[in-house]
Amino acid sequence: MRKWLGVAVACAQLINVACSKEEPPKPAEETKAAPSSSAAMKPAAPTSNTIKVGILHSLSGTMAISETSLRDVALMTIDEINAKGGLLGKKLEAVVVDPASNWPLFAEKARELLQKDGVAVVFGCWTSVSRKSVLPVFEELNGLLFYPVQYEGEESSYNVFYTGAAPNQQAIPAVEYLMSEKGGGAKRFVLLGTDYVYPRTTNKILRYFLHSKNVSDDDIKEEYTPFGHSDYQTIVAEIKKFAQGKRTTVISTINGDSNVPFYKELANQGLKAQDIPVVAFSVGEEELRGIDTKPLLGHLAAWNYFMSIDTPQNKAFIAEWKDYVKAQNLPGGDKRVTNDPMEATYIGMHMWAQAVEQAGTTDVDAVRQAAGYQTFMSPSGFNISLDAKNHHLHKPVFIGEVQANGQFQIVWKTEGPIRAQAWSPFIPESSKKVADWTYPWVCGNCTEPKYATSDAVAKR
Amino acid sequence: MTPALARLRAWLGPHLNTGIIAILCVIVSIVVPICNAVVPESSALHVPDFFVTVIGKLTCYAIVAVAMDLVWGYAGILSLCHALFFALGGYAMGMYLMRSIGKQGMYASDLPDFMVFLDWKELPWYWYGFDHFWFAALMALLVPGVIAYVFGFFAFRSRIGGVYFSIVTQALTFAAMLLFFRNATGFGGNNGLTDFKRILGYPLREPSTRAVLCALAGAGLALAYALCRAVVGSRAGRVLTAMRDVEPKVRFCGYDTVRYKLFAWTLSAVLCGFAGALYVPQVGIINPSEMQPSSSVEIAIWVAVGGRGTLAGAAIGALLVNGLKSWLTAAFPAAWLYVLGTLFVVVTLAMPGGIMQLIGMGPRAWNVLSRFRTPGVKVDASVVGSPSSAPPPAVTLVDDKASSASAGGAAGS
Amino acid sequence: MAALGGFAQLSGDDVAHAVRALGESGDPRAIRVLKALRDAELYVDDASHVLIRDKNGAMVDALSGAPVPASGHAATINNEIRRVLDTLIARLELKSPDPDERLEAVGELARRSNEEDAPAMRDALEHEKVRSVRRALVSALAEGDLASEDPKRRLGAVEAIEEAGALGLAPKLAALTTAPAEPDPAVRAAASRTISSLHRKQIFVDGAADVLYGMSTGSILLLSALGLAITFGLMRVINMAHGELVMIGAYATYATQVFFHEHLPVHESLYLVAAVPVALVASMLVGALLEVAVIRFLYGRPLETLLATYGLSLLLIQIVRSIFGAQNVLVENPPWLSGGTELFEDVVIPYNRMAVVVFTAVVVAFVAFVLRGTPLGLRVRAVTQNRPMAACMGISTARVDTWTFALGCGVGGLGGVALSQLGNVGPELGQGVIVDSFLVVVLGGVGKIAGSVVAAFGLGILNKVLEPIAGAVLGKIVVLLAVILVIQKRPQGLFAPRGRSVEAV
Repeated sequence: MRKWLGVAVACAQLINVACSKEEPPKPAEETKAAPSSSAAMKPAAPTSNTIKVGILHSLSGTMAISETSLRDVALMTIDEINAKGGLLGKKLEAVVVDPASNWPLFAEKARELLQKDGVAVVFGCWTSVSRKSVLPVFEELNGLLFYPVQYEGEESSYNVFYTGAAPNQQAIPAVEYLMSEKGGGAKRFVLLGTDYVYPRTTNKILRYFLHSKNVSDDDIKEEYTPFGHSDYQTIVAEIKKFAQGKRTTVISTINGDSNVPFYKELANQGLKAQDIPVVAFSVGEEELRGIDTKPLLGHLAAWNYFMSIDTPQNKAFIAEWKDYVKAQNLPGGDKRVTNDPMEATYIGMHMWAQAVEQAGTTDVDAVRQAAGYQTFMSPSGFNISLDAKNHHLHKPVFIGEVQANGQFQIVWKTEGPIRAQAWSPFIPESSKKVADWTYPWVCGNCTEPKYATSDAVAKR
Repeated sequence: MTPALARLRAWLGPHLNTGIIAILCVIVSIVVPICNAVVPESSALHVPDFFVTVIGKLTCYAIVAVAMDLVWGYAGILSLCHALFFALGGYAMGMYLMRSIGKQGMYASDLPDFMVFLDWKELPWYWYGFDHFWFAALMALLVPGVIAYVFGFFAFRSRIGGVYFSIVTQALTFAAMLLFFRNATGFGGNNGLTDFKRILGYPLREPSTRAVLCALAGAGLALAYALCRAVVGSRAGRVLTAMRDVEPKVRFCGYDTVRYKLFAWTLSAVLCGFAGALYVPQVGIINPSEMQPSSSVEIAIWVAVGGRGTLAGAAIGALLVNGLKSWLTAAFPAAWLYVLGTLFVVVTLAMPGGIMQLIGMGPRAWNVLSRFRTPGVKVDASVVGSPSSAPPPAVTLVDDKASSASAGGAAGS
Repeated sequence: MAALGGFAQLSGDDVAHAVRALGESGDPRAIRVLKALRDAELYVDDASHVLIRDKNGAMVDALSGAPVPASGHAATINNEIRRVLDTLIARLELKSPDPDERLEAVGELARRSNEEDAPAMRDALEHEKVRSVRRALVSALAEGDLASEDPKRRLGAVEAIEEAGALGLAPKLAALTTAPAEPDPAVRAAASRTISSLHRKQIFVDGAADVLYGMSTGSILLLSALGLAITFGLMRVINMAHGELVMIGAYATYATQVFFHEHLPVHESLYLVAAVPVALVASMLVGALLEVAVIRFLYGRPLETLLATYGLSLLLIQIVRSIFGAQNVLVENPPWLSGGTELFEDVVIPYNRMAVVVFTAVVVAFVAFVLRGTPLGLRVRAVTQNRPMAACMGISTARVDTWTFALGCGVGGLGGVALSQLGNVGPELGQGVIVDSFLVVVLGGVGKIAGSVVAAFGLGILNKVLEPIAGAVLGKIVVLLAVILVIQKRPQGLFAPRGRSVEAV
């Protein structure tokens, strides 16, 4: 019996050692790729004089295409903050992990970052499914996640700050623009997307919105394609048929990889932007790098940031990025661009840093309290604030037309930042819901406050 | 290391594989949960919470690997749809977990959140019954089993074998993945099923629940191993092995090969479903990317790394490869694919017997594998694991390349 | 031409105003300026002179046409201005001496269907001599005439639509078939007749479109599968890294394009021609390397090649990601592959797709030639049919294996050249093609290259026929299930040799 136990304990220790990160320093090439993450190897120590920041973006698999840049920009921002002396007298230290576009692995890595590495905050996720996968972990362990990508809304978590756009900060202004005289006065709409939750929800909200603008269902065509779909011959031919008779526009929520074949097919079948404009919510500067822009001239995208925005803040942001790319010798070199989720990561990290400075601690509860009232002069040139109530950013909306140089020419913008609607008023089930993490609501999806206000008590 | 292992081996005697599995299961289902829940946090022996989940997850993979080894290592069927069976079991359990959320979802509706989202007014018929744990548990075993049985019945009857079978099963997984990706199919589309709250009334976020699940996974591995060991040790197991080596001869001897294959194949699928059902409550999400064609290839790789035709080796391979993946993705996020890719190539080239061969515990079953390879490979007895059981070289056609390769130990098995 | 001053302004409204003024000025030089603006060839220098970049890239003054050394920034326009420009250019071109330009102008005006253009078009119809332009004018005017008060004009319009076979107008005709909407029975009868004739035409056009689109889809399937038909079909190597060789071919195309862009900008549009041999050689080299380093140790163990090549595919993806970055890279269609031609009404076949079909035919012919008509092919067939016997005849089977594998990989690389013209070029490119490729080879019958050809086109057309009925996702699922069923019936594929060899894999 003793032998058995001895063997078992020995094995347990073996496994323990094998899976812990107490390993010799990593090779040189690794340090090059993730310069600030060297401390990821050291065990978490309460007395350490660094603040750990988790970066949870896929560096391999299908999402690496989009998420790698966010890792880079997060590391850049950390370097920037460190160069200014760090936070609370401590340096920031990035802990980079690769969840490999694998959703259960996202949850596992989130748990590892929070429990094993003891990070103060995590910047990460791109797809909705990855966010949904890590959400229970963050709620259970009371972690803090900054999520930088435009998404379908219908969510507000106590443990997440959403620095990307909710549908009312991107989709609805874009459709309003297309219906306007200037935008072409569209009367008929093709809602074309990849079959997953973001397009489905956005299109659902848009359908309700279009109904409210007296567009009938006959003039709306909804179409979904699988992930990685690359054959748009039939769909483009159908759009062409559908467009006969009324001014038509295509609202595209096609996911990254399918966009190139779609636009190529569109152009080659002779559909021009001035006749049937396509407005995309997932095509930004980074995606355009891989697309021949000649056939795209005039097609639209709606974002909260464009690289072509002409403000001093943006110039500084772009210059910092270019310097960083050069200094780190990242692949792509001077062809690298900035885009909306990168800006959102940058803003998010600065907001978090400000909140830490203000709170005087990295304690999650204190930082969350402070974060809700931060403002930051964003590269888009607006002084934007993080909403204490619904944990979303107030964001300006820009609509840009694709130009030959892979940039967007801004044709329309909002006057100021718009507050996010975490719950869309256009969806009956969620229209009554309120996301408000301040007293007396303290709830992400309630129809009435959790706590009675003093007024209510007085009435009683 | 080696003398210690030799002593261990001598001590364990012929039941080496069983011994390895027993140790593994004891660790997973007793040591880890106890070190997590009972041992105080300050102790060096304390196992942190997140580690328990990782171990539990890896153990589920190990069950799948054992199931895969049954059909691949012993029956010679390389299935590329085991990930599908695994995911189906996971979905069945996920459906129960979804239903047990009750009205605590985002929309406080009786329906799962994603259905509210898609404007569904009532539960589709195929969700009926999943309110009950016993029904979901049954379905987790039945659905993969029935699909495997039906698919296998037609495939084996048509004598689809070898590579053809692999490719066809891959097509099946791919079709299923596309189907599950559709939101209209009713399984949550790309997001799959997530945001589970509790299982049988126990909250899933409690470390104690997870420790129990981890222990159950360990027990599950023991059970799966025991079943598979019983099958391969039985007369049916010997027929399977014979079929793997020369199927026509077995058929001509009057055995109904379809029945034997079908039995092993269906059992393997059921075990995968079982593993999937254990997996989902621990990782908290099930979605169609589990059915990716590459996931199935990876299952085969776990088995190959551990050692094909050994059962215990398969489990070790699954633990090792996935443990490595878990560790490397955090330690070397930019370079881990190089390590893993190289490992796969090196194992296939240099260690056809996998880790079990490396540590000198190559199974007897392994030696006959050479027979079901295409003629043209010279068998080099010197590299065969246990010399006592080495068969005489069955194939004598000499291939110029294979003989050069055997110098490196590649073609030796 | 004072209006030109507007282009120097940055505001869109000023440009729009200038465009309108220019269009209505009647100046013969206006059309050239407008077209330059539309094609983004109009520049404004620092002194607010308006310049046009001609075909050779030289700047000329917009007014005098004299060459100007100065350069400026491009005048930017948006969709609003593009819409105005299109109409203005079409109105001006309606009087062009070139019948092709007139035809294009009529098409443009018909698409806009502005009331105010009808008189100009009627005017043009009276002077028009060329038949095709006349027909276009008649049908363009017919749409407006359908709403006319005069029953004769309505009848004429219906007949014009029938003659022109304008499918797009069928919904409008439907309104003329019922009594209260259309009082004249003759018009009603003509309208119903026209609708049914349009309907027949529609069925034909749809069928033809499905076949054409299916051919195009099939040719892509075939190109990515053809290399596999050699490595898997002839050599029994389950090459999971085949997709990555396709990817390498695509990246070779990218590299060639970058090289041309930097060193031979004059001939940039020809980069694609050069990319074909480059991709072939690059993929062959990688393939030969893989064969020598890994694959040759695994012959006769097909299932293990699957595992090793899966590892190789992970490595290749990560290597490419490290070199070129995780993002997609830009591969442009050369100008001679941009655009398309309208075969039937609403059935436009893009040039790049046509080129892929032709390219596929050439590659199939190339592979057939190599295997049937060269000494290498003879050896390849000898070795794959009877290895020991071939070895006895003095053939170096090892070298033949390397060549065969490299050939299969090279053909995969050629597939990459074609794919780069249709979709993304990124590290994950190969992952998307591998499942389909295997299916094509297995369905066609392993070892039968002709089988792969039939299977690829069959799957392509089936997919396109199902897509409008079932949607893209279900259509694909049905195709996959159909393949599984076919293989149940014919386990060795559509074109397998019947007989005893069936047991051996």
